[in-house]
Amino acid sequence: MPDAIKRELTFAQAVREALAEEMRRDTRVCILGEDVAEAGTPFKVLSGLVEEFGTERVLDTPISEAGFTGLAVGAAMTGLRPVVDIMFGDFLTLTMDQMVNQAAKIHYMSGGKWKVPMVLRTTLGATRRSAAQHSQSLHAWLCHVPGLKVVIPSTPYDAKGLLKTAIRDENPVIFFEDKMMHHKLKGPVPAEEYTIPLGVADIKRVGTDITLVGTSSMVQVALGAADLLAEIGISAEVVDPRTLWPLDEKTLIESAKKTSRAIVIDEGYHRYGVTAELASVIAEGAFYSLDGPVLRMGAMHIPIPFSPPLEDLTVATPRTVFEAARKLCGKR
Amino acid sequence: MSTASDRSDVGAGPGSDFWVNAYRQMLRIRLFEEQVNELYTRALMPGLAHLYSGEEAIAVGICEALTNEDYITSTHRGHGHCLAKGASPDKMFAELLGKEAGYCRGKGGSMHIADFDTGNLGANAIVGGSIGIATGAAFSAKHLKNGRVAVCFFGEGALGQGLLYEELNIAQLWKLPVIYVCENNCYNEYTHYSETTAGDICARAAAFGVLTEMVDGQDVRAVNAAANKLVERARAGAGPAFLLCNTYRYTGHHVGDINREYYRSKAEEQTWKTTRDPIQMHGAWMIEAGIADAAAIEAIEAEVRAEMKTAVDFAVAAPYPGPEEVEMHVYA
Ligand SMILES: Cc1ncc(C[n+]2csc(CCOP(=O)(O)OP(=O)(O)O)c2C)c(N)n1
Repeated sequence: MPDAIKRELTFAQAVREALAEEMRRDTRVCILGEDVAEAGTPFKVLSGLVEEFGTERVLDTPISEAGFTGLAVGAAMTGLRPVVDIMFGDFLTLTMDQMVNQAAKIHYMSGGKWKVPMVLRTTLGATRRSAAQHSQSLHAWLCHVPGLKVVIPSTPYDAKGLLKTAIRDENPVIFFEDKMMHHKLKGPVPAEEYTIPLGVADIKRVGTDITLVGTSSMVQVALGAADLLAEIGISAEVVDPRTLWPLDEKTLIESAKKTSRAIVIDEGYHRYGVTAELASVIAEGAFYSLDGPVLRMGAMHIPIPFSPPLEDLTVATPRTVFEAARKLCGKR
Repeated sequence: MSTASDRSDVGAGPGSDFWVNAYRQMLRIRLFEEQVNELYTRALMPGLAHLYSGEEAIAVGICEALTNEDYITSTHRGHGHCLAKGASPDKMFAELLGKEAGYCRGKGGSMHIADFDTGNLGANAIVGGSIGIATGAAFSAKHLKNGRVAVCFFGEGALGQGLLYEELNIAQLWKLPVIYVCENNCYNEYTHYSETTAGDICARAAAFGVLTEMVDGQDVRAVNAAANKLVERARAGAGPAFLLCNTYRYTGHHVGDINREYYRSKAEEQTWKTTRDPIQMHGAWMIEAGIADAAAIEAIEAEVRAEMKTAVDFAVAAPYPGPEEVEMHVYA
């Protein structure tokens, strides 16, 4: 990122700006979801879009996740570029047939004839005191399905550049936003047009002793842990894959080869999740350079509890990552 | 290729060529399916296929009311819809045999045949799975103001799927140009629909304010008349419609469903075949109306048989896709 950048936006503002720019650029782009128009979503991420683009392009739908997601699949096949808004990532379960059996398969099953250029935006992340049905991070479910792309940005800059690319992509792309970052995280975003390609990781902090691979909210956690580690003389490198599929395996492996240690941190459930996949990529690719096992830190394998002291135990924090990294580096 | 405006002849009472063509189209479907069964019996076809025999008047009656640009979505019992919309049997047989020359390069098979060039958005192996796609195609048509209409074919089994009601609601709210065509062939697989379907079928759609009609699905003229009306109405912007077509499938749920007496009697099958056959009935009407004589009908049959034989020979001789094809078309 050039040094000259002064402008700062919140994560939500960056998302909104990406949508507005793409909607100005391409009249085929339209937004479908619950309370997306005048309300601008319950998270106020889309405020102002209906005023500029009208209700023909920013459409409030009935509370029918399967219904409007399926509609978007058909609309994408026939000339539009819909962006679907699924309020909470937990509600992805209701769109599963449309995403997994329809959107993901149509290009392949038709021998490359039909395409489904759509984006599904949704949220992830716990610690918002929203309990078990509004706090999950289910991105691994979609990563598991060939034919889908999965984008999981950690900064306003990345969110904007990646969302613009996702909208221009010819495939179904699922775009995960950490709802805690929407308004709390601010960062530099240039006013000039830019896009970020899918499948290119970003090194958020350079280091030499250990690689911390983080996704979405967990990038900030990893950066916090890196600060703590620096205090005891451990230099941590923080790598953000930015997209889970396509996946920039090379950058992950090269970093782990360089540092010889790696921890993967993600807010999805620990078991059978994203951390397992990324850890195995690193273990396979960097095995002979590693000084220890690749560790995984995902959400605890439990429904997310409501009670704040309990909920806070479920996901990694800078402190828990710091402790794990310190042990892996053999420091007490 | 006809357009919406130059089809006024159809609505006003089609000429004799139109009805001869409808006869030919129905016969093509019947004889296509005969060959599919033959390919299965000779162990030349991988997997299974669901035959459309007995239901031909619906696909033909509806598709003859559409232009090439209009869209259809189809089901696991989709060969009839595909042919009626204009696909050619050689590439269809090739698809059924998993050959590279098939419509989907052999990667879709019987249950996923799609034809980009005739607006066939695809068959679907998820019961009710394409209802969103059809509604989305209608959404595109309305948004892009291109005057197209989408027809969604589904069996009465899909009445059990919630997606249908989500889409009926959205389509009616947004006045989308989509016709939902319910082909009630009396059986969800091996269970009579009366055991799975509460209340009145038409009342379900009517509850959303959707214009709902019922027609004898064995009578191609009746189906076509209903389709013309509903299609023109949708094209004019008056919104969706639901058309219930009562019909019967002559053979098993799929080609391997041979012994059916545990769920329906041979006498019942015989009654439909001998007293309600759409092709026989239409042929008899053509003779009576002086549109064609027995010799002309025999000539059509000979031509269609020859066409199907050539198409099967083409598909049997066609090569399989090479191994390099396996990873192609996962992403556009
Ligand atoms: C969601 C889903 N559930 C179950 C099945 C298995 N299945 C395939 S066809 C079928 C019956 C469908 O009946 P209907 O919709 O009336 O169509 P028909 O076969 O009579 O043409 C079933 C249950 C499926 N393919 N998809």
